[in-house]
Amino acid sequence: MLELKNISYIVDDNGTDKEIIKDVSLKINERFVAITGPNGGGKSTLAKIIAGIYTPTSGRIILDGEDITELSITERARKGISFAFQQPVRFKGLTVKDLITLAAGKEISVAEACAYLSEVGLCARDYINREINASLSGGELKRIEIAMIIARGTKISVFDEPEAGIDLWSFNNLINVFEKMHDNINGSIIIISHQERILNIADKIIVIAGGRLEKIGAKEEILPEMMTASGACKVLTDKTV
Amino acid sequence: MDLIQKNLLENIAGISAIPEGAFNIRANGALASRNTTENIDIVTKSNQSGIDIFIKDGTKGEKVHIPVIISETGLDDLVYNDFHIGEDCDVTIIAGCGIHNCGSEKSSHDGIHSFFVGKNSKLKYIEKHYGEGGKEEAGGENVMNPTTIINLSEGSYMEMETTQIKGIDSTNRITKAKLQKDSTLIIHEKLMTHGNQYARTEFTVDLDGEDSSTNVVSRSVAKDTSNQIFISKINGNNKCAGHTECDAIIMDNASVSAVPEIMANSTDASLIHEAAIGKIAGEQLIKLMTLGLTEEEAEEQIVNGFLN
Ligand SMILES: Nc1ncnc2c1ncn2[C@@H]1O[C@H](COP(=O)(O)OP(=O)(O)O)[C@@H](O)[C@H]1O
Ligand SMILES: [Mg+2]
Repeated sequence: MLELKNISYIVDDNGTDKEIIKDVSLKINERFVAITGPNGGGKSTLAKIIAGIYTPTSGRIILDGEDITELSITERARKGISFAFQQPVRFKGLTVKDLITLAAGKEISVAEACAYLSEVGLCARDYINREINASLSGGELKRIEIAMIIARGTKISVFDEPEAGIDLWSFNNLINVFEKMHDNINGSIIIISHQERILNIADKIIVIAGGRLEKIGAKEEILPEMMTASGACKVLTDKTV
Repeated sequence: MDLIQKNLLENIAGISAIPEGAFNIRANGALASRNTTENIDIVTKSNQSGIDIFIKDGTKGEKVHIPVIISETGLDDLVYNDFHIGEDCDVTIIAGCGIHNCGSEKSSHDGIHSFFVGKNSKLKYIEKHYGEGGKEEAGGENVMNPTTIINLSEGSYMEMETTQIKGIDSTNRITKAKLQKDSTLIIHEKLMTHGNQYARTEFTVDLDGEDSSTNVVSRSVAKDTSNQIFISKINGNNKCAGHTECDAIIMDNASVSAVPEIMANSTDASLIHEAAIGKIAGEQLIKLMTLGLTEEEAEEQIVNGFLN
């Protein structure tokens, strides 16, 4: 179980304090949790706080009863936290195979690496030796990013808007990927998303807006509220796919 | 040949035993062993130190190994090697120099390699420079100053891969090329300096012939307090295409200077230069750390990949 206790995150914005995350407390125990909310609401920041990329100004992060607030990115990764970036990083010279191998944490065969790529709908043979450089499209990078998380197979997997930049055909497959992970995972998948179809397969939905936890509850509870509430349904009409 | 020499040979030429085909192994300033084939002859120069390598017209699929190894301290070795490649060939030449300097005196190797590539021939030239011991470990400097002179005849193609990853304290590498009609020269340089090393590279390519082309690409990593200078000049003297690119990662307190220069002497010359120097992007380190690597491990992976 992952627990956030009174998490706040303040940054220096041209000399003035800017509170991006405001006293957020929540528990994630379910297998599939969606985080949604308007752009600029603080979702990515919260994900980075979970992964250890940002250190919260105050509050505690508890993973399976252990306080991991002071742990580094590396230590958290080794404790079983994975994070798929909203904007994947490019690497000159490192290949898809290299990154999948690093993600798996051990030497893997080409066949194993290919299996992970096939899961995200990439024809593995065409990709395995490609460099993670500017020659790959945004959508391809996003899928490789997801394949890396699958290869890690950790207990907490955080995906930041995995659907962004992925075409419709792939999107259908993406839903299958998450459904399959949902069935196999021994932990929690946390997906930041604007997509109704992703929210629909979630056990729990968290709404973050203006840096605050606005709503948290079962899908059955939150989804209908979001559909009817005026303004809030922007989240669902915002179909960028 | 002793173990030190065998190890040097393995590092620069990837050979652990006597290679197949033509070869000439020079150790501590003298000929150690040589083999010639029906198509490839190797002859010791009579007027100066060095060799002439003659490759017959139409030779295809053959390799020539020309390694130089130095395991004595205080040795200054200077050689002139001329490669005469006939017409319609397709061959690979593997050169390289390894110094193992465990003493306190400077050891150096200055190799002057001249290539005469015949019409419509294809040449792959691989050279590796590698050192052990050296200034940091033993006090005596490892110095290498290779000069490469390239003459490409009509319709020929040459690919040069030059690598210096470890152990050379000081190097000044000069490469000069002249290209005739329809010839192509591709150069890939990989360079890493550490400690207090100094590396200077200078490429000059004259695109003299119509439809000649070149691509000079350098990737380098400068660590610690090392210092690198990269100079690349392409002169477009005809209808031609030239591209030069230098991409460097700078770390610690190192310094890198990149000076790309292109000069067009014809309205039909199309020339491009690119140069970028920067540290490892923070987000690259973070990404690999989220996969469980430490910062040092992440750095190593990024550097290895970059120089891959
Ligand atoms: N280092 C920073 N300095 C100043 N403002 C920041 C910084 N990082 C994020 N922000 C701001 O915090 C808010 C939340 O951003 P983000 O977490 O990316 O939102 P979301 O992912 O929900 O779209 C935005 O207004 C963003 O501009
Ligand atoms: Mg975001």
